Amino acid sequence: MLELAAGKSSSSGDLTVHDSPLVIRGMTVSYGQKPAIFSVDMTVQPGAMTAIIGPNGAGKSTLLKAALGIVKPLSGQVLVFGKALDRQRARIAYVPQRASVDWDFPTRVIDVVLMGLSRELGLLGRVRMRHMAHAMECLHRVGMHEFADRQIGQLSGGQQQRVFLARALAQDADLYLLDEPFAGVDAATEKAIISVLKSLKEAGKTVVVVHHDLATVTDYFDHVFLINTRKVAEGPVEQAFTAETLQAAYGGRLATAQIDQISGTAG
Amino acid sequence: MSGEEFVPLSLTPLLIGTFAAIACALPGNFLVLRKQALIGDAISHVVLPGIVVAFLVTGAISTWPMMLGAAGAAVVAVVLIETIRRLGQIEPGAAMGVVFTTMFAGGVLLLEQTDTSSVHLDVEHALYGSLESLIWLDATGWSSLLDPVALAGLPPELARIALTLVGVSLFVWLFWRPLKISTFDEGFARTIGIRTGALGMALVISAAIAAVAAFDAVGSIIVIAMFICPPAAARMMTDRLETQIAWSVVFAILSAVSGYILAGYGPLWLGGSDSVSAAGMIATMSGLILAFAAVFGPCRMRAAAPGPG
Amino acid sequence: MLWDALTLQLGYNATLVAIGATLLGFSAGVTGTFLFLRKRALVSDAISHATLPGVCIAFMVLVALGGTGRNLIGLLSGSAISAAVGLLCMNWLIRRTRLAEDAAIGAVLSVFFGFGIVLLTIIQTMGVGRQAGLEGFLLGSTAGMLWSDALIIAIGGAATLLLVMIIRRPMMMVAFDSEYAAALGLPVHRIDLAMMGLVMAVTVVGLKIVGLILIVALLIIPAVTARFWSDRSDHVVLLSGVIGGLSGYLGAAVSASAPNLPTGPIIVLFSFGFFVLSLFLAPVRGVLAAIVRHLRFQRRVHIRQGLLALAQGQNIYEPYTLRLLRQAGLARPDGVATDAGRAQAAKALRDEKRWEIVRADNAHEAAAALYDGLRDIETVLTRDQIDDIDRRIGGPREVRP
Repeated sequence: MLELAAGKSSSSGDLTVHDSPLVIRGMTVSYGQKPAIFSVDMTVQPGAMTAIIGPNGAGKSTLLKAALGIVKPLSGQVLVFGKALDRQRARIAYVPQRASVDWDFPTRVIDVVLMGLSRELGLLGRVRMRHMAHAMECLHRVGMHEFADRQIGQLSGGQQQRVFLARALAQDADLYLLDEPFAGVDAATEKAIISVLKSLKEAGKTVVVVHHDLATVTDYFDHVFLINTRKVAEGPVEQAFTAETLQAAYGGRLATAQIDQISGTAG
Repeated sequence: MSGEEFVPLSLTPLLIGTFAAIACALPGNFLVLRKQALIGDAISHVVLPGIVVAFLVTGAISTWPMMLGAAGAAVVAVVLIETIRRLGQIEPGAAMGVVFTTMFAGGVLLLEQTDTSSVHLDVEHALYGSLESLIWLDATGWSSLLDPVALAGLPPELARIALTLVGVSLFVWLFWRPLKISTFDEGFARTIGIRTGALGMALVISAAIAAVAAFDAVGSIIVIAMFICPPAAARMMTDRLETQIAWSVVFAILSAVSGYILAGYGPLWLGGSDSVSAAGMIATMSGLILAFAAVFGPCRMRAAAPGPG
Repeated sequence: MLWDALTLQLGYNATLVAIGATLLGFSAGVTGTFLFLRKRALVSDAISHATLPGVCIAFMVLVALGGTGRNLIGLLSGSAISAAVGLLCMNWLIRRTRLAEDAAIGAVLSVFFGFGIVLLTIIQTMGVGRQAGLEGFLLGSTAGMLWSDALIIAIGGAATLLLVMIIRRPMMMVAFDSEYAAALGLPVHRIDLAMMGLVMAVTVVGLKIVGLILIVALLIIPAVTARFWSDRSDHVVLLSGVIGGLSGYLGAAVSASAPNLPTGPIIVLFSFGFFVLSLFLAPVRGVLAAIVRHLRFQRRVHIRQGLLALAQGQNIYEPYTLRLLRQAGLARPDGVATDAGRAQAAKALRDEKRWEIVRADNAHEAAAALYDGLRDIETVLTRDQIDDIDRRIGGPREVRP
């Protein structure tokens, strides 16, 4: 009985559009004449941690950006908690890839975190003590509170990544989208980020992460979405993260031995 | 110097120069941070064709049609640059170079084709302005500041640039937060619903308005110095945007005042008899301030820690 | 009148100007191409504006030495020196401070120009009328051009061209991939400086004809225009030279044919005309070609997605997809497939399966790299290979959960 119920709730087929934090339908995005992603459907499980996985250039980041309306798709629809994206912006928080930001910008760490509160503050709302306290608390959660007064470009890569996670935390969203948060960061940062993400999950939030390290997928995530221009597989880790799906996603590019090793840890 | 001399001859040019410098420096801060400093270059070059076209349409030298013509030309230029950049997949610098040189050439051609000998409109004036001529003839001394009759005789450029300064300051104050966020991290700005395209356009238009209003006083090319030099120098003084803006205003005032005074009185001190171009001197002073900041500014170097990658 | 101008029959001075402008246009086009490909087109703006103080100082020196200040070689040398100083200031700002290139360009061009204006007003007070020749450097002035002036322009232009030809290979390598060029041991920084030096030479030579503000156009527009027509760098360089030369020639001729047609602006407007034609009409990179391509591509994407949806019995959400399918006779207005639609949908689905096999198979890695969701599998694999894949797919079989 119990097993049956568990199996049912974790299969994506039964989920209606309104239950899911993020539904993507028929999404095609093309830079020039080559589609980066082609006709992709995705249904994100509420309250889960989902990894978007695929080889380089498979369209992982593009999928995330299309979901957020940062790039314009050739075709396709996005529904956030069952509604159009523009009406649900307050419920999404996004952590971009580090390369997309102007690191030389004259701004301090605490200012960056306060940017996460800008919807709440509006155009002219003053930053009050409680906003400051909230921002400091978010910095505390990622272990960066001692750096609040530093200029953002003076931090290491991992520290910068944690600041951007703190900004997303300050938004107090229901759906968190992160683009390669673990790329090129130190081990301490990776640990700090994953523990924050797990605490988000425990609080009932939904987390979607573009991820590149196959070795940590089973440790960190409960759902995966495999993509290589098209969707390859989607579902709970134990069902969708197998040697077969990896072979389909990575093709000849992934050494078979590596797949065996990973699916060994997965199984 | 006595009020009888200072108020009619120097007060208004000094105020106009200062207001123009601040009005350009405020949007200039964001243009420099967005790596769009040369938009200021492009805008200032197309002010000339805009004014010529406005003159051809209305047949008279009147303020508002010319302001509209110049602002319109700036918008046309920015739209053209963006269109050419996207359609032709050309890098922005080259697209700018194509557009503003062509529009400038068109302006010069139209000017030569038109009989403007009877009116006060010539290329040299358009290129480097005449701040010195914006004097307040009705003033007799400090008391004129309280005299309604004399005040009515203030050069109209003063009211125009003051109004522009208020407008530009309001824009920056009102959209401070979205401007800051979208300049720092455009992708994030879009995810929280900021219309980054429209905001970027509004910034360019406010810069264009500042350029047009400052144009009378300092001409079209020296405006570029006011867009770029004070903000660039200010960036080297601090790592906080709020402080940077404050520094840029200080530098703008400093270059306007010192430039005007040096142009008017410097040659006399050196034994000469005639003053030199105040607009040119303001640009020169802003360049010297930038040079000092580049050598001594506490934040002149890029951040030490590697950013991305 | 225009015909006389085009055939160089409008007299001595007009002919001189036309020849000079053609040469200038050609060398500016060629030199500007390297700058454009290096993505530093607007550096020329800083260089050209920075010539003004040099011209003024040279004039003052010449007058102080007892001359009239009209010696073109003297004035051009002065302009070259101050342009070089401007260039060094710009490089220093970029390398030694946190300023980005655009801010450095803008700061140098406006400050140097402003200082030049200050000097110009000083010259104005030195004696009435003397400065008339100097203001011609702002916008160019070809009236009363002398044989010696034309000779200087011709020699300067030819010398610049020769230098470009000599160092074109290293300049192109740096423009294409400066890191790779550095890895090969090329002195990238010095090659960049040499390129800037050539741009400076063209600017200085062009001051007399088109003036310091419009010379930028001759360095940028022909290069951008030529880029539309070819993907080969040597062709782009040559074409850019031809476009620049043609603009110079036509502009000079037309400007000589009627009064009140200043040479510089007319030359610039001709080159812009070539640019607009190329922007729209160039065969591959032109706008019309791109629009046609994009619309076709979007159609293919939508039809393909629609067919796959039909094959898998899914709903079609996008009205545009449904309209395309209906127009092609593949679906009925209510979204149900026609016979033809079913047949094509089945083929599309089968192709997807074939691709799946190809992409999972190490042996087909080269073919798999070509997958983009749209490519017909027949274009990358032989009939035999496809048959082999079909055998592996087997007949219709149960769909796994």
